[in-house]
Amino acid sequence: MARKNSRQWLWAVLGWLVAILLFFPIFWMFLTSFKTEVAAVATPPQLFFRPTLENYVAIQDRANYFNYALNSIAVSLGSTFLALLLAIPAAYAMAFFPTKRTKGTLMWMLSTKMLPSVGVLVPVYILCREAGLLDSRIGLIIIYTLINLPIVVWMIYSFFKEVPKEILEADRMDGASTQQELRHVLLPLALPGIASTALLSIILAWNEAFWSLNLTTFDAAPLTAFIASFSSPQGLFWAKLSAASTLAIAPILIFGWLSQRQLVRGLTFGAVK
Amino acid sequence: MSTVTLRNIHKQYTDVEIIKGIDLDINDREFVVFVGPSGCGKSTLLRMIAGLEDISSGDLLIDGERVNDVPPDKRGLAMVFQTYALYPHMTVAENMAFSLRLAGVPKQQRLERARDVARILQLEPLLNRKPKELSGGQRQRVAIGRALVRNPKVFLFDEPLSNLDAALRVQMRLELASLHDSLQTTMIYVTHDQVEAMTLADKIVVLQGGVVEQVGSPLELYHQPRNLFVAGFIGSPKMNFLTVTVSAVNDSGTTVQLPGDASVTIPVKPSSLSVGDRATLGIRPEHLRLDPNQPTLTGEVLVVERLGGETFLYVRIAGGDTLIVQTDGDNPSRTHDRAFVHINGDFCHLFDQNGESIAKTRRHHLMNETHEQPYQNRVSYQAE
Repeated sequence: MARKNSRQWLWAVLGWLVAILLFFPIFWMFLTSFKTEVAAVATPPQLFFRPTLENYVAIQDRANYFNYALNSIAVSLGSTFLALLLAIPAAYAMAFFPTKRTKGTLMWMLSTKMLPSVGVLVPVYILCREAGLLDSRIGLIIIYTLINLPIVVWMIYSFFKEVPKEILEADRMDGASTQQELRHVLLPLALPGIASTALLSIILAWNEAFWSLNLTTFDAAPLTAFIASFSSPQGLFWAKLSAASTLAIAPILIFGWLSQRQLVRGLTFGAVK
Repeated sequence: MSTVTLRNIHKQYTDVEIIKGIDLDINDREFVVFVGPSGCGKSTLLRMIAGLEDISSGDLLIDGERVNDVPPDKRGLAMVFQTYALYPHMTVAENMAFSLRLAGVPKQQRLERARDVARILQLEPLLNRKPKELSGGQRQRVAIGRALVRNPKVFLFDEPLSNLDAALRVQMRLELASLHDSLQTTMIYVTHDQVEAMTLADKIVVLQGGVVEQVGSPLELYHQPRNLFVAGFIGSPKMNFLTVTVSAVNDSGTTVQLPGDASVTIPVKPSSLSVGDRATLGIRPEHLRLDPNQPTLTGEVLVVERLGGETFLYVRIAGGDTLIVQTDGDNPSRTHDRAFVHINGDFCHLFDQNGESIAKTRRHHLMNETHEQPYQNRVSYQAE
């Protein structure tokens, strides 16, 4: 018993260490955002200082945070909605009416995630330019939808696979059409999974930086572009950059924190039965 | 009136044939059981009738109408699944009323119908529970209730009792029997359990390897199995088989030479068998008798299985075969005792080299009285 206790202690300490290690950069960024630029680069680093809001004021003077935030919200919600709209029917077909090539199709979809984004930067850029989608929310929504679609399809596919086949057969015997089956049986059963898939998709879209930096300039620029705009060629302004980053991640952090139970359940779904 | 007719039904997956041409007539209000070892195609056949599997070729008729291409819900059938397949996010009442909800029946009306059915199945106190709050037997009842609500022409059961424990299985078996009695609906029931088949069925369909081995009433299959497979499948413990040599054939019977010196005359009609041919003699454990005064065979008792009311002796006879002998519960035999087994030819079955049964000179008296006529009228079975 004593042995088991001490082992539990060890794991608890280890867990806290890892958690602190992971959290520390965020904590430090948060702290730095309240320092003056001079204090931010001081050596040795200062843990105690007189906090100031000047960075936040300066940022708001230079750029309109809410514009960026609105873009981030529109783009991440829009792309998630569109991805779910496409992924649910696709996953339905693959989970319940598989063909010999279904597994291959799924693998192929996932394999697109292995391609480095830079590899298709030029063609995608040109396509967007020709379609007049540069620096537009629509353009970014389409790109994010396509980027996240493989993961969203995979996740929903595996949630659908967890639904016993007999339940669907039972509803077909009861007279459910495909739409009724989706609405009354499958979606309610897979709802927790779909919710966590949506959360993940929103977070991925929110944090995406490569395409947002390359395809937007001002009108559609989301918060990732907002952060990047503070790392200017004239030199880094650590305190301001930290303040910008804090502002950028705050909404998604709060959102993630509120939904963490759902998120963890989704990500470990199927792993533990 | 609801009859189900199968005409030369086949099921082909890309390169395997699961169902190899089945003809069957199921009459109105009949309780038909498909029985067979796993992989024999019985569940597939049921799912084809339900409309959950396509029919590769052949015709399926319900009430004389071809329904091959009619979707499951339009066939007027209801199915009870082995896993119950209840909708986990709905209450018992919602589960049972779901088909009515899909059909657009007003809420008040469909809940009333669910309550009526719940009363029949004694589910009333559970109407607002979710499936996960129910025991196995209760879930099974809800699944049956869900089928009942639809007022189907034909009930389909796919191994509905195999997920229940032994005691509950017996109880549900009785309930199903009385349900059939009170509803007077055609029921088709799939099981691998021959006890369920024997106790529930008006008509048993024995399947093996995608073909029908025999169709008949439980007692017909017991007393007049068509072939070695049916003889071995129906009855528990299973029928004893001995390889024998034909030593005499005449109008009143065929005499065969048993392992050792003994011989026995079996009252079968003259057949393709002639003197010197090899054949198989079959006799059920309950028809063997221990009799030191008239031993047909002698052997050593290998195992004694005491069930209380009866005792099974596993007796190794000359030639190495083992016979199972059923005796009464307080039979004093012990392991390694010598056993003197008497074989009465009247109880024996004789099978030719192809495993086909040879017709007896007399039909079993129960067959003649109660089952001869129905058999002629009710079953049309075409051999391969």
